[in-house]
Amino acid sequence: MQNLMEACCRQCTHSPLTPCSDYISCRLEGPLCHDSELCKEARQDWIRTIQQPAEGKKRLLICAGTGCIASGSRPLKEHLEKELTARGLRRDVDIILTGCHGFCEQGPILIVEPGKTFYCRVQTEDVDEIVEQHLLREERVDRLLYREPGSGEAVFAYPEIRFYARQKRIVLQNCGHINPEDIGEYVALQGYQGLRKALSMERGAVIEELKRSGLRGRGGAGFLTGMKWEFTANAPGEKKYIICNADEGDPGAFMDRSVLEGDPHAVIEGMLIAAHAIGADEGYIYVRAEYPLAIERLQIAIGQAEKYGLLGTNILGTGFNFNLHIKAGAGAFVCGEETALLTSIEGNRGMPRVRPPFPAVKGLWDKPTNINNVETYANVPHILRHGADWYAQMGTRTSKGSKVFALTGKVNNTGLVEVPMGLPLREIIFDIGGGIRDHKPFKAVQIGGPSGGCLPESMLDLPVDYDSLTAAGAMVGSGGLVVMDEETCMVDIARFFLSFTQKESCGKCTPCREGTKRMLEILTRMTQGEGRPGDVEALEELAQVVKDSSLCGLGQTAPNPVLTTLRYFRHEYEAHIQEKRCPAGACSALLTYQIEADRCIGCTLCARVCPVNCISGKPKEAHVIDSTRCIKCGACKDKCKFNAVSRR
Amino acid sequence: MCNCSCNAEPALSEKDRRLVELLNKYRTVPGALIPVLQEAQEIYGYLPAEVLQKVARELQIPLAKVYGVVTFYSQFHLKPRGRNIIRVCLGTACHVRGGAKIFEALQKKLAVEDGETTADLRFTLESVACIGACGLAPVIMINHDTHGRLTPEKLTEILSKYE
Repeated sequence: MQNLMEACCRQCTHSPLTPCSDYISCRLEGPLCHDSELCKEARQDWIRTIQQPAEGKKRLLICAGTGCIASGSRPLKEHLEKELTARGLRRDVDIILTGCHGFCEQGPILIVEPGKTFYCRVQTEDVDEIVEQHLLREERVDRLLYREPGSGEAVFAYPEIRFYARQKRIVLQNCGHINPEDIGEYVALQGYQGLRKALSMERGAVIEELKRSGLRGRGGAGFLTGMKWEFTANAPGEKKYIICNADEGDPGAFMDRSVLEGDPHAVIEGMLIAAHAIGADEGYIYVRAEYPLAIERLQIAIGQAEKYGLLGTNILGTGFNFNLHIKAGAGAFVCGEETALLTSIEGNRGMPRVRPPFPAVKGLWDKPTNINNVETYANVPHILRHGADWYAQMGTRTSKGSKVFALTGKVNNTGLVEVPMGLPLREIIFDIGGGIRDHKPFKAVQIGGPSGGCLPESMLDLPVDYDSLTAAGAMVGSGGLVVMDEETCMVDIARFFLSFTQKESCGKCTPCREGTKRMLEILTRMTQGEGRPGDVEALEELAQVVKDSSLCGLGQTAPNPVLTTLRYFRHEYEAHIQEKRCPAGACSALLTYQIEADRCIGCTLCARVCPVNCISGKPKEAHVIDSTRCIKCGACKDKCKFNAVSRR
Repeated sequence: MCNCSCNAEPALSEKDRRLVELLNKYRTVPGALIPVLQEAQEIYGYLPAEVLQKVARELQIPLAKVYGVVTFYSQFHLKPRGRNIIRVCLGTACHVRGGAKIFEALQKKLAVEDGETTADLRFTLESVACIGACGLAPVIMINHDTHGRLTPEKLTEILSKYE
């Protein structure tokens, strides 16, 4: 046995061509078809090494998600291997590259098992000390432990960190704890049990289970997943398709990427269950081209599932066939809209189509097609495994289960957080997120990406669920939560989102194509100090027209950031128009940087940090900023120790 | 009679040969245009007019449609690109943490605008909406490397690593 998925001895005959219906159960409890203590022991050995390391054996989990790789996690593995080999410890320690832990801020993250010691911002220089002190002397390396913001207290173990302690991890359960490139690890942790159960059920019963769970689409609109499946299942036609929308394009959201990179089999299992329930035999995962690592991990996962007969023909001997392909996007945000995505897979410009007919009836190549997003599919195996009732007990009356949010911006702990639906925003931002950076006051939180809205402090006790957020003018959307402090200008944020949607508008509907352009012009003018009376009213009218008369979700929601900032931060718009002033001090056209001659001691620090070299002056004499060349980056102000740089 | 081969069929370059192989692989696959263009761009580094013409002819798709698809998706390029591609993230999290300042500083430093390539073909500068590394904002990507927690001052050193 080379790994958990392989045959224990010659008596096991499972292969893609000769499938065994007990294959999955057999991996965990087996062997089932014959009695052999030896075979059983071999299986249990594998499971133990994955679930908990054997006596005396240690497991080092290194995060190899995109965030941690960027912070330098890849060389860590090599260094550790070298160091362990040099000390003759290589056989006693497993080094495993995992997916994302969601706490990218603290990367690279290294976890030592047993004990779940959580080391953060680990660099290659630290490897020696970890081996010497932790692995040999069994003493923690204090300086690498995580410290809670505020109290500064060191936390020893992973589950005690407040960022994790308050979360409810279902979709992210495996992310960061298993090797995403090994299907055996997924199976050892109950993977593919949901599929096994689904295959033993009638198709209608699987759909009923989904409906009872109350799962709603995690991609944006929040439509009931079970209902969507039912429409496709009932649509006439022999050939049906299952599509996973992994074109995660909302700026500020990266949960789908983390799930694909950290637990790709969960998505594949969810799609298999959907395919069985709907009666589809072919599927596509449409992934953004900007996510090369996700594509690579998916390719590996699909290859392994095919090798062990979990994808292909006659899966587990049930007569169920399903083949899965990856389609890489080519860089168009609008392709996240389901009909545009279909048009793109068909090889065209990714422009949305008129609905109805909905994809459930007439989708890919005019065949009935079910489209869900990554997080939605990743929820499905858990629902089948634990039952709809278990799932439905989490969340609120109309929004069940948990949701992953990407918490970013000016908050202490940035990263992925999974919480039960209905948790108040305040708890997410202040308890899990650890509050605002540098003790600055909270100003707003932008939720739901370019389709969502900005909510002020007075809305912080709002429960985060589909309906409450929609009523407040925002939306759950894909789950981006960008926290802003007093230095963020709300007019500028509205302009930022509009410039994004304007650029990404496919141009099919005139109101979206032209309306967003005109709105952007007005907002840009305001941020440059050229706002005029009547601008706000014009914005409101344009927003309504674009909302009412666009074909797809992009246009229908594009004005949301403008409308919510107008609703909650109207005074900032007025300050820009009437006083030509940016209260947040963010709109650079309304600012000038100057050096106060009486405070400047001529230390030359500012001149050295200026990225465009526009500060001149002799050492020990007052310096001067050339305002014609100044890009207003503020680097000089940040660096000056004498508070001599002023911003007006 | 001279010994040169000026009258013979011009030898296919390695790249052209790979394009022919690619077209053969996808000839019968429905919806193949986008993957064909993606792989063709990998071969040539960008999509020259002759390649688009060849793709249109071989896949029997009107050139106008091929051109339409190429210009719709931001990933396709009609002009040669630099040896190193700098992608500056201007997504929400990066925006809030000063991504625009990084972008401006790079524009000045390289003397190019968004989407342009330096005259020595060393760098192409592009802005992107989000590269999903929001926890490290502001970030840029150079080729496949992500550089996070940036300040304008760190740029010179980072750029010097790419020739």
